[in-house]
Amino acid sequence: MSGAQLARSRPRVTIGRVSPVEIVLWSLRILVLFVVFAGTIGAIVKDRYTAAQWFDFVMFGLTIGAIYAQIALGYTMVYGVLRLINFAHGDIVMCGAFAGYFVASPLDRSGFLTQHPVMGMTAILAVAIVTSTVIALLTERIAYRPFRRVSGSGPLIAAIGVSFFLEQTFRGMFGSSVKSYPEPSWQRSTFGVWGFNVPRIDVLVIGLAIIFMAGLYLIVQRTKMGTAMRAVAEDAEAAALMGIDVDKVVVFTFTLGGAMAGIAGVFYAFVYKQVYFFMGFTPGIKAFGAAVLGGIGSIPGAMVGGVFLGLVESVGPSLFLDGLGIPAPYQLRDLIAFTLLIMVLIFRPNGIFGERMAKQRA
Amino acid sequence: MRRIGIGRTGAWVTWRRTALVGLAFGAGALHLAAVGVLLMLHQRWIVIDTLSLGQATVLLLAAGAGAMAARGDGSRWLQGALGGVCAVLPLALLSRAMDALTLQPIFIALSPDLQAMLTLGLPPAAATPALLALGAVAGLVGAGLRAAPRLSRALLPGAVAVLVAGVFQELIQLMLQQYEGPIGAVRDFVYTWEGLTQEGAITVFLVVTLLAQLFGRATQGRVAAMEPARRRQIWAGIALAVIVVLPAVAGSYIGQVLMLVGLYILMGIGLNLEVGLAGLLDLGFVAFFAVGAYTTALLTADAPNALMHLPYWAAMPVSVLLAVCVGVLFGLPVLGVRGDYLAVATMGLGEIVRVIVLSDFGAPLLGGAQGVLHIPKPQLGSYTLSSPVALFYLTLVAAAIAAFIAWRLENSRLGRAWMALRDDEDVAQALGINLVRSKLLAYGLGAAFAGLAGSIFATMLSSVYPSSFQLLISINVLALIIVGGMGSLPGVILGSVVLIGLPELLREFGEYRYLFYGAVLVVMMRLRPEGLWPSDVRQRELHAGDETAALDAGADLLPARE
Repeated sequence: MSGAQLARSRPRVTIGRVSPVEIVLWSLRILVLFVVFAGTIGAIVKDRYTAAQWFDFVMFGLTIGAIYAQIALGYTMVYGVLRLINFAHGDIVMCGAFAGYFVASPLDRSGFLTQHPVMGMTAILAVAIVTSTVIALLTERIAYRPFRRVSGSGPLIAAIGVSFFLEQTFRGMFGSSVKSYPEPSWQRSTFGVWGFNVPRIDVLVIGLAIIFMAGLYLIVQRTKMGTAMRAVAEDAEAAALMGIDVDKVVVFTFTLGGAMAGIAGVFYAFVYKQVYFFMGFTPGIKAFGAAVLGGIGSIPGAMVGGVFLGLVESVGPSLFLDGLGIPAPYQLRDLIAFTLLIMVLIFRPNGIFGERMAKQRA
Repeated sequence: MRRIGIGRTGAWVTWRRTALVGLAFGAGALHLAAVGVLLMLHQRWIVIDTLSLGQATVLLLAAGAGAMAARGDGSRWLQGALGGVCAVLPLALLSRAMDALTLQPIFIALSPDLQAMLTLGLPPAAATPALLALGAVAGLVGAGLRAAPRLSRALLPGAVAVLVAGVFQELIQLMLQQYEGPIGAVRDFVYTWEGLTQEGAITVFLVVTLLAQLFGRATQGRVAAMEPARRRQIWAGIALAVIVVLPAVAGSYIGQVLMLVGLYILMGIGLNLEVGLAGLLDLGFVAFFAVGAYTTALLTADAPNALMHLPYWAAMPVSVLLAVCVGVLFGLPVLGVRGDYLAVATMGLGEIVRVIVLSDFGAPLLGGAQGVLHIPKPQLGSYTLSSPVALFYLTLVAAAIAAFIAWRLENSRLGRAWMALRDDEDVAQALGINLVRSKLLAYGLGAAFAGLAGSIFATMLSSVYPSSFQLLISINVLALIIVGGMGSLPGVILGSVVLIGLPELLREFGEYRYLFYGAVLVVMMRLRPEGLWPSDVRQRELHAGDETAALDAGADLLPARE
């Protein structure tokens, strides 16, 4: 315990001697706070965007945030059970998006998706879920299980390898071109609420994400398998002694994570209207940041972290950067997300909620 | 069969295992076919009109399955044959499926050419049995070779020689092109323009086998008698001689390839300080490379956004210095971040650099997506280092200096401190090692080498674009360190030759390079985490009563892909 505490203590500020590291960290904090506050004030003073535009930013942030939340769940559950950053999780998302694409595009061409949106979406999601889950389980079996008891950077490097392998496999099978996702007419339509235009696809994505995540939460909290999973996350050895089959729990975890990734992949592709082999990388990294933000290992934390990240990266460019007069701020959206990721890793590696669980792990 | 009661279940288990091993190899073959590697390999002859590299791959997979499946409890031959059949079964089914359905609109690799390869040019009804029979034969051969290790050891050098002579025929012919007389005659006998002739292949095989028989045993004995350290020195000497002499002899294409290898060696040495010695897994390494390249570009280029027009030799030290500064700046905030989180944080930093370079925000200085053009070549007196071979020697000198520094560092106080840090940060701190200083030095020195590589890279291309500095570069460097062996200098050289040089020489292979890298990372971590050429310390660590390599030996289903 004392070792763990020692580990997390950075060089301390002592009276009369401030370490340069602390100075740098503090200036980093101050810089980010300055950008946030000065930018916000600048944006308010400039008043460049209408209320409807701000509403659009928030709506988009919630939509993309719901997707990040779903991806983050996969990271957080796997990390909780295996203490492994499943680097390939973003690519599992990509697999789901591709599978959905190959169902959606013929359905769209035949007009089925326009006439029967519910059945069409069900079919797309079902195929995506199955594909992502199968691939997630295969990667677990082939690439991760052998590293179960290996410490150090080996498992992470293997996971990076899996990520590349999956990307390049899809590139080889389906080509490197960007494929545009079908967009049936009901998706493009909007409806008005309090004078704002709400795109239907946003409502659909957010609504379904809430339903699926609530389902997942119930499964983890109420079922026997979910209880076993939480037990393994708490203490794998003790759980094994209590007669819990850890292998089964791991498979169960990857099943849940893979299913959520498949759904997220379809949604992500619907929102950005395209699929290509490298598409999983960026949302994957961001969602990992969201998982850490919410406290890795914590399921509600991942959900909140995802939504928060989505909001920040959607509203941020116009709010912080535009206010400072930076040209084309939307290009720097990823910059905001990555900065948030790094700030979280540096300053709050335990996340906002994950204090209790993270204590044993750092 | 011997014991009826348990025997039946026992036999069932054996046969099931045989089939599973075969099918695992088959899944590998199917994967290669689906991503298009198989067809690509098929388009390269080893022996002209007789055996393509693709066919050889399938046969080798089947033979491998046969060898793995043949456990040798009485029915070894049957097991081998069954393993071989199972290894080609997925391909046979794929071929049938391609007959029935048009799959190419979805799976772009499943082309008629692939079908032609899988059916061996036979009508569909005869093709499947023929393919399965070939698989069975290959499986039998594999089982046979396993049963007779002596024989297989005798045949191996010849087979490898034929494979190398066939695969690298373009290259070897290019090098032999200039000769006439006896060498020219031998060349014309062994090669046609596209690959080995049949009689050439047989000759190469026989000659090499004979030579191996005559001299192999003697040298083997002498090599075995040598101390491992001495053996390695000799190998390293040979490799060094080849690297130094080859480009001058073989012309500019080889020079270019080796120059790239040299750059990666330079970066590999840098990252090796961070990852291999200090244990700081850095995935944002490409940022330092980019800083070096952009600094050189902005200081020397004949472009509107250039800051100065310095000669190259003045810009290079500035680039290195600036890379060091960025390295330390990178290192400062992430000092307290550990292990896997550090990898993600550094990757985020690398991505931030890329996003800024690409954006309009950085465009006035850095040129946005267009980058910086017209970077002059370095001048040496009145001589301009413009040819790839000349630039290669520049890289070689730089890499040699870097290697020397790294080698001296490894056994210095600082190197020891890094290794202590890698093994246990808390203990290292308790022993009085200054964590902040050691870590920042690791980042700074690693960045220096990457900055140097970037500087040379900029003048090599005479232009820099953001698209040259993707995460993939970091992964390339990481992969070559891991393949070579973490913390091992000769490992870095070996890794860059294998991972950067080989795909560059097999040009069509380049497209599938990252597929291969991904598989290599997993397989290496699984089978040989210490790397191909491990450092002594690491070797001892990983095999001193520690079962890392032997973990879960029974749970292995991963076929050796590619």
